[in-house]
Amino acid sequence: MARRFRSLEFILGAALTLLVVVLALLTPWLFPDGGEAMDLSARLIAPGLNWAHPLGTDPIGRDLLARVVVGARVSLTVGVVSVAGGMVMGTLAGLFAGFYRGIWDMVLMRWADVQLALPFILVAITFTAILGADEWKMIGFMAITQWVQYARLIRSSVLTLREREFVQAAEAIGVRNIAILFRHILPNAIGPVVVLMTLNIANNILLESSLTFLGAGIDPMIPSWGGMLSDGRSYLQTAWWVGVFPGLAIMLTVLGLNLLGDWLRDFLDPNAKATS
Amino acid sequence: MTGFLVRRFAISIFVVLVVTLLVAWAVRLSGDPAVMLTGAGNVTAQDLANIRQGLGLDRPFYVQYLSFVGGMLTGDMGRSFMGGSSVARLVGHALPLTVLLTFVSLGLALLASIPLGVHAAVNRGRLADQAIRILSLVGLSFPNFWLALMLVLVFGVALGWLPPSGAEGPSSLVMPAVTIAVILTASTVRLVRTTMLETLSAQYIMVARAKGLREWVVLYRHALRNCAVPLITYIGLQFGGLIGGVVVVERVFNWPGMGSLAFDAVASRDYPVLQACVTVLAVMIVGINLAIDIGYGVIDPRMRNR
Repeated sequence: MARRFRSLEFILGAALTLLVVVLALLTPWLFPDGGEAMDLSARLIAPGLNWAHPLGTDPIGRDLLARVVVGARVSLTVGVVSVAGGMVMGTLAGLFAGFYRGIWDMVLMRWADVQLALPFILVAITFTAILGADEWKMIGFMAITQWVQYARLIRSSVLTLREREFVQAAEAIGVRNIAILFRHILPNAIGPVVVLMTLNIANNILLESSLTFLGAGIDPMIPSWGGMLSDGRSYLQTAWWVGVFPGLAIMLTVLGLNLLGDWLRDFLDPNAKATS
Repeated sequence: MTGFLVRRFAISIFVVLVVTLLVAWAVRLSGDPAVMLTGAGNVTAQDLANIRQGLGLDRPFYVQYLSFVGGMLTGDMGRSFMGGSSVARLVGHALPLTVLLTFVSLGLALLASIPLGVHAAVNRGRLADQAIRILSLVGLSFPNFWLALMLVLVFGVALGWLPPSGAEGPSSLVMPAVTIAVILTASTVRLVRTTMLETLSAQYIMVARAKGLREWVVLYRHALRNCAVPLITYIGLQFGGLIGGVVVVERVFNWPGMGSLAFDAVASRDYPVLQACVTVLAVMIVGINLAIDIGYGVIDPRMRNR
């Protein structure tokens, strides 16, 4: 039973993630208008009443289904690119800090303490008030906020790995430090990082939608789930569907990634499997 | 233990200082309040300079920063740029509401996640366990503000049981607290389950059962005590995220706490208020983590001698 459930986790997670990615990639063909076509005579149509708009329409008569599907593009871009950026920065910093120790290691760890004490959302909103909000600034900001997570994770792996025989053997036969770090240590430390990346993509999609919802994220002109929900908030009394469907889209996307991340964690760490 | 605490305390002070410095620097970049104050009206450069001088913005950065830190230490947080009311008073009104919301949510989350996590661990692999695992994953998969909207939709709009926003009496607290608690429960229940599974395989649990203790005594008095350390460590680590969640949810429900205060301050470039908000929340996060470090000694006597 336990095994079957675990593979169910994988199948469901992979299916949801794949569905969202494929839909996002196909939007130029599925919805050539990018969800922007307005029909002011068809404002706030309830779902199920009109074949042309299965999920209904928004306050200015745009098709909600089209906008929900198009919205996947922004969420996925922000999620994936920000995580990739944070991972590269954090991994490099963690590798060198853990291997060479010393003053930079201390600076890194104290800096991590500082970042962990900052309420992210508040800082993000302050910064978007300063710099203005757009997709790329948000991506950069998330990467800068999250790199310490990867740095800490990699650093702790490096600390134990560098004491292991195969690393010391490599050192003894005169392998250069760079080669030891990238060829011997990194491949052994990358597993937990992949898990963290999966979960952080999910997390950043949630953050992106929160920031956009609060008006400190994606440009309201671009279809995004957070932006649609911010419309939905104003129409909660009269048109529930505007606030429901984009949220469901977020939930299914993030659930898929969380399932994948969970499965991956068990897959990469058989030890955890025994206890969970 | 003492040495450990002294070190943690020094680090906490350092972290708070760096945070205030960052915040002071960042808010200075965020635009000119003199321009904001005068709006789009026709003012001369001289007028703007006068306003800046009046607000103390013409002083060098380090003087402004030092006066800010000195003020924080003496409880004088300056005056709001908007209307000139005392920042300490604004924070004094908002902070208790945020603390109330945070701890009520935390309490609700613990009340829900401990029994659920224990139940899942005891019935490992069975239907209840699978259901709790799946539900916790679902709970981690939607943004808190969306849950807030859905609660408003159902209980505020459709049923009309609870006020959809504001802070008028205890009924206003229900929806914001439940929103935060649900999301927190979803992550905490997983941790309770995992640590409980580890604990339950320990020998002293077998002994306790062999002695014929009732099952709930074994679970809640003997096993749970050993889950406490990882649990409060986790809550400490999550506290920053928790405060972030509270800030957003406050905004959705117009709960007049620190989050709402800070958002208004960002919108109006009200430096002193924004600076105070971020600093107070950061001090709260650091303080909770310090308290947790001290708490280890209380929960786990072995830590006292370290």
